[in-house]
Amino acid sequence: MINSYVIDRRLNGKNKSAVNRRRFLERYRKHIKKAVNEAVNKRSITDMEHGESISIPSEDIHEPVFGHGQGGTRTTVNPGNKEFSTGDRVRKPQGGSGQGRGGQASNSGEGLDDFTFTITQDEFLEFLFEDLELPNLVRKDLKQMSDFVYRQAGFTSQGVPNRINIVRSMRNAQARRIALSGKSRRRVKELNALIEQEEAKDEALRDGQQLAQWLEEQQRLEAKIKRLPFIDDFDLRYNRSEKVPVPSNAAVMFCLMDVSGSMTQNTKDMAKRFFLLLYMFLRRNYEKIEVVFIRHHTSAKEVDEEEFFYSRETGGTIVSSALRMMHDVIKERYPPSAWNIYAAQASDGDNWNDDSPQCKDLLANYLMPLVQYYSYIEITPRDHQALWYAYEDVRAEHPEHFAMEQIIDPGDIYPVFRQLFQRKSA
Amino acid sequence: MSNKPISTGSEWTFELIQEYDAVIADIAQEFRLDTYPNQIEIISSEQMMDAYSSIGMPVGYHHWSYGKQFLQTQQNYQRGFMGLAYEIVINSSPCIAYLMEENTMPMQALVIAHACYGHNSFFKNNYLFKTWTDATAIIDYLVFAKNYVIQCEERYGVAEVERILDSCHALQNYGVDRYKRPSPISAAEERARQEEREAYMQQQVNLLWRTIPTSEGKAETRQQPRYPAEPQENLLYFIEKNAPLLEPWQRELVRIVRKLAQYFYPQRQTQVMNEGWASFWHYSLMNELYDRGYITEGFMMEFLASHSAVVFQPPYDSPYYSGLNPYTLGFNIYRDLKRMCQEPTEEDREWFPEIAGGDWLDTLHFAMENFKDESFIQQFLSPKVMRDMHLFAVFDDEDESEYRISAIHNEPGYRKLRALLAEQYNLSNREPNIQVVDVDLRGDRALTLHHRRHNNIPLNNDAEEVLRHLHRLWGFDVHLHSYDGETLRQSYHLPPADTSAENVFEDNLKFV
Repeated sequence: MINSYVIDRRLNGKNKSAVNRRRFLERYRKHIKKAVNEAVNKRSITDMEHGESISIPSEDIHEPVFGHGQGGTRTTVNPGNKEFSTGDRVRKPQGGSGQGRGGQASNSGEGLDDFTFTITQDEFLEFLFEDLELPNLVRKDLKQMSDFVYRQAGFTSQGVPNRINIVRSMRNAQARRIALSGKSRRRVKELNALIEQEEAKDEALRDGQQLAQWLEEQQRLEAKIKRLPFIDDFDLRYNRSEKVPVPSNAAVMFCLMDVSGSMTQNTKDMAKRFFLLLYMFLRRNYEKIEVVFIRHHTSAKEVDEEEFFYSRETGGTIVSSALRMMHDVIKERYPPSAWNIYAAQASDGDNWNDDSPQCKDLLANYLMPLVQYYSYIEITPRDHQALWYAYEDVRAEHPEHFAMEQIIDPGDIYPVFRQLFQRKSA
Repeated sequence: MSNKPISTGSEWTFELIQEYDAVIADIAQEFRLDTYPNQIEIISSEQMMDAYSSIGMPVGYHHWSYGKQFLQTQQNYQRGFMGLAYEIVINSSPCIAYLMEENTMPMQALVIAHACYGHNSFFKNNYLFKTWTDATAIIDYLVFAKNYVIQCEERYGVAEVERILDSCHALQNYGVDRYKRPSPISAAEERARQEEREAYMQQQVNLLWRTIPTSEGKAETRQQPRYPAEPQENLLYFIEKNAPLLEPWQRELVRIVRKLAQYFYPQRQTQVMNEGWASFWHYSLMNELYDRGYITEGFMMEFLASHSAVVFQPPYDSPYYSGLNPYTLGFNIYRDLKRMCQEPTEEDREWFPEIAGGDWLDTLHFAMENFKDESFIQQFLSPKVMRDMHLFAVFDDEDESEYRISAIHNEPGYRKLRALLAEQYNLSNREPNIQVVDVDLRGDRALTLHHRRHNNIPLNNDAEEVLRHLHRLWGFDVHLHSYDGETLRQSYHLPPADTSAENVFEDNLKFV
């Protein structure tokens, strides 16, 4: 008697615990976020894209139950007696109950390890960029409607072969075959009955002529049924899809970095870290966003990602060159009617003295009307530089669209970044 | 007998598993092992971790604590701190056993013998499981519970549901009837009766809390009957039926946690017996396979290595010591029972006159079917096992600076040692005895509980936290008094009585 079934379950999903795991992460969001914040400042600039080990103090995730505490009297039975006899007395170990009662440790936190687990790279980034957004993002250009998505919209009798809907087509074919052969099949059935009846009769009584006629008709009808095509052109049905226009919320981010001689290796490194963070944030949270990299010393240059982060070219400082370049690029490629325009600028603020007023002028009169949001970070351990004071006026004029912060050491980068792109409650 | 070995390599295949299972099943039947049908499922190590974190249940409702369990298992496994269990077996019909794909053929055979015939026959025949659990209904009930929780989450929000479940989990060890026989759970009835019950229960609760005054004047002086009339040990049941402020769906959640706790209660009461029984039978069945020539010597060597790892008992002074190993203790007792029947000594005739020299199979089945750990040890632990395991009892009084050895494995000590060990497996002693004694029906609706101390052992530090959960469910003040005999030793109040009003308010906000 077979009373057992063997089942291979290995192909079933292995992520049954995913929901529970997610719930746990949600519940301890605060702890995880703290760990992520600490981790991001410790990591090197190229090392942002992997998971992180998170520790939570055990007492924070402890699930309480009634149990026996320390104290009172108790007797435990243990194995492996070697030297004891009844009535022996043994000194208790110092500091706690120790012997005999494993697992009786208190939940006061002492002596208990932290609860440690690993989150994936994806979760790491999610926590890292949680609650951040590009400010003032609006949908532009509803009229031009250059973006479309395809949506399933019923079925059609015309189309290209790769969109054939097999189920529908076969259903039609079958319906047609049933409809067209119905009469013949009914007649065949009748004939079969008649023939059978006739053949059952005694040979002498049989009407040979009639029988031959019936047989001939039966064969003719069967051939006719067979001739019906299994599938025909007009059975075919195709999935129909429709182009639906979607409003575009295209956005472009300008990254302006100062690489002049006054920027030390250290400040450059911090600027790069800031931009890398920004770049990752945009890549992750916005499907369609263009990034324009502009680096400048005395003259500005539009570069690609690789060069922006790794080139070593350097020189004096004229900040306005970068602003001018940005303005040119906008005019050329990103009409503000169709694009949300953002800019982030990083510099040590050390500018040619007569250039700062120019910057302010360019920014206030030419760029600010075009952009959704402009952020400036000044990376310097010293007092604010000329450029900062020039920009303060701009901030006063456009408080919603302009922000600036100072970064002193690497620990500031992430907090400042968060502050600049904090989601504002509507 | 000279059968051909079923296999020689260590690789397993589905055909081989079936062949082994068939042979083992035949032999098991000779030994009268009566089982539910088996459903053997091959799973990967990741799936085993999933199974681990949901207490082995194939379906479970969602809760963060299972996620925590999962992360912990995963972390420990990946760091190599622990190996995964070879098997998990579920008390259901058909009896589901998980086998890991990483195991070798000998391991799979061992697991089949252990889980599919050992545990399985225990589930089907032990009186506790027979009375308390309905193996055919559990899977359906789990599905019902999971769907119900999901429904509640959709309707009332994940956070709300989680709060109730958190509180229930804190009390789940107090969600069992220790003395009464429960009604079996059935998912179909549950669903059918659930709506009806919601309405009915609310009505019952309302009846209890009816505040229409009875005849004036007299009511004041007349003795109010105490409620509940008898102390109640099943806290979750009491809450489900009496908590004044719970919504019907919240009562249903309490009920679900309670029912599941009840379902697992027999497993907690029969750990030694159950694991011992399974170990005894995998040992006996594998030896039988070997004797009949179904398995090779190499196979047997691997089996013995695993077997001795399973029943390894480190001595009390070893760094690996973490209490008595239930596999070892149970295995030794069953094996000694068999020995007493087959080769009784003078000592056995004196201690176990009705067992010594009897039919070993009858004796073992009787011992497995009619006891729980506590009574099993009290009844069947023999002097020989105590000697072999070198058992000794240590008395610990918090007021003294020394432990006292109160009994060892010698003639004057056997009975005492056995009684003490049986006590140690008495669940009512392992968990503090806490019961509902009073509800202030006419006053502030406060709930009063008493803790009866066992050997004057106080409650642990969690007590206050657990009371907060109880308070959340009850909705009004909760008092817990801890008694040693008739002396009141400690009282807990929620909200705390001795703090200023402001603090109380804050406290409430945090946890309600």
